[in-house]
Amino acid sequence: MRKTFRVLIAKPGLDGHDRGAKVVAYALRDAGFEVVYTGLHQTVEQVAAAALQEGVDVVALSILSGAHLSLTRKLAERLEALKIRKDVAFVVGGTIPPADVPRLCDLGVDGVFPTGTPLKQVVGWFQDLREGRE
Amino acid sequence: MKTFEGQRRAWVAELEKRPPAQAKTPSRIPLEPSYGPESASARDLSRVGYPGQYPYTRGLHASMYRGRLWTFRQYAGFGTAEDTNARYKFLLEQGQTGLSVALDLPTQMGYDSDDPYVEEEVGRVGVAIDTLADMEVIFRDLPLDRISTSFTINGTAAILLAMYLVLCERRSVPKEKISGTIQNDILKEYVSRGTWIYPARPSVRLIVDTIEHCAAHAPNFNAISVAGAHFRDAGATAVQEMGYTLADAITYLQACVDRGLDVDAIARQISFFFYTHMDFFEEVAKYRAGRRLWAKIMRERFGAKDPRSWMFRFGCVCGGSTLTVQQPLNNVVRVAYEALASVLGGVQSMFTTAYDEAFALPTEESAELALRTQQVLAFETGVPSVADPLGGSWFMEALTDRMEKEIAALIERVDAMGGMVGAIEEGVIQREIAREAYRQQGRVESGEKVVVGVNRFERPEEPKLVLYEPDPGILERQRERLAGVKERRDASGVEKTLRDLEAAARGTANLMPSLIACVKAYCTVGEMNGVLVGVFGRFQEPIKL
Repeated sequence: MRKTFRVLIAKPGLDGHDRGAKVVAYALRDAGFEVVYTGLHQTVEQVAAAALQEGVDVVALSILSGAHLSLTRKLAERLEALKIRKDVAFVVGGTIPPADVPRLCDLGVDGVFPTGTPLKQVVGWFQDLREGRE
Repeated sequence: MKTFEGQRRAWVAELEKRPPAQAKTPSRIPLEPSYGPESASARDLSRVGYPGQYPYTRGLHASMYRGRLWTFRQYAGFGTAEDTNARYKFLLEQGQTGLSVALDLPTQMGYDSDDPYVEEEVGRVGVAIDTLADMEVIFRDLPLDRISTSFTINGTAAILLAMYLVLCERRSVPKEKISGTIQNDILKEYVSRGTWIYPARPSVRLIVDTIEHCAAHAPNFNAISVAGAHFRDAGATAVQEMGYTLADAITYLQACVDRGLDVDAIARQISFFFYTHMDFFEEVAKYRAGRRLWAKIMRERFGAKDPRSWMFRFGCVCGGSTLTVQQPLNNVVRVAYEALASVLGGVQSMFTTAYDEAFALPTEESAELALRTQQVLAFETGVPSVADPLGGSWFMEALTDRMEKEIAALIERVDAMGGMVGAIEEGVIQREIAREAYRQQGRVESGEKVVVGVNRFERPEEPKLVLYEPDPGILERQRERLAGVKERRDASGVEKTLRDLEAAARGTANLMPSLIACVKAYCTVGEMNGVLVGVFGRFQEPIKL
């Protein structure tokens, strides 16, 4: 059995709003997850490299600038290139309009958490994933 | 009939018999069920005084809004320079009295529109500015000598200031008539909002450069608007918002004094900017307490002699993170209460956000309603007729005293840590505010804090969320204009002014004259920023959860 379940919370692009990212980080940590936070202004390459290096189970992107579709597409390609796309779950949170949820899913995203999603629901999703993997 | 003392005792006895629920403000200040003169017995009335006199608890001017209303300042700017110019003309025709420029993230972070790293961000959250040519279009046919213009810009504030000053010079605006503000408050960017570029110390130097330059060359332009607003939206309480903002302002002023500037010559460059949130009386008390504390700081800590230097001038935003996606029309009501609290707090300029800003870029209709909210308050309610109408209220004065005490204690703690720069480099402030945001989220999810339409009185509905989709042509047109500028400009002038900028940055001279020379040579934001990053490096974010 795995000892820890690690989540990478990442802020790609220029968007500097990290309140949501940090609140989710605290909630996951309080629920027993190990959380790695990248800090702001990460390129997609940096996020993918951190996912590989930290050996995380989930990559969670937080995007509030509206650039979620193209950043998600680029990260999916990058994870694929590093051959870790199949090993990590991939979720996106932030200002995501409902119409973009299926588009993100088409890009291979496993979970979408638009602004306003209750923390309980976010944490519950991660707990289900962890149980599924144990 | 009972004497007053008898009435008081009967009230206390009644409360003891049926103890009411505990109540406290969002800053966790405990509240009595009601307040009477006993709460004022120890108060020195000279600390309350009258409006327009030290310590300005009751407002900056003797008759406040009878003399002059606050400025109605709505935030706008999106897409290309042409779109923004058209929006400004519309807003000025509607009776708005000040412009506020929203810039896209590449401009705020020092990238040009043709940089491949930022292509998805061009023109998205505001207007793109690459060179002086964009500035010329944004302000085409606008009366720069009669409007005040506020730029929400921080990391690249000195560059944008240089552009605006060159524009005003070319339009022959007399220097006394150049009016407006750049936000230029980098310390709070490290804590929230995140549009930092260089490390804190050279960033503070750049801020001192702009303050010094404006004092000499644009005396009615505010070189800095120290902003608590973003602390607040990142999760800070009202006490933290005011406390950390004043601590930031102290840092900037101290840096000016350390350079040898006369505090009375620069004090008027500094104004403040906050969010007004929903706890009505705490917000009013926050402004009254902040104003009184700042007057004391300026007079006693910095030894300012000119009464105008003691004045805490501030603008505010009503809305922000108090807006909800659910039942968006409720936001109209929220913004109206927040606007009333701001005016009772003595605000100088106000931005009321549109009810749909929580999920979309405002439409012309929602933007107009937001402006009308201020106009109804100003012209129908009678509220502006009497300065500080809550002054002397037992509750308001008690709450103001208590807020002042808490805010002063926070500033002392920052001083004890060696000031804001060190505390931010260590990540202390960032963590404190993020923890507070987490606590607040818990209060909302547990139902302890009621948000109508969100965790009480909900109606099942699919929340609407419409993101502004920039016209796909924006990137193309912006890049075309930039390419045209690059083609037409004199390459040797660009090279020379950038070289001079680098030399100046390596030394200790004020960088504004070098930046102004670069702007006149049509250097881009990215080129100027590139030189400064080369000399100063980039801030290393402390990542501490």
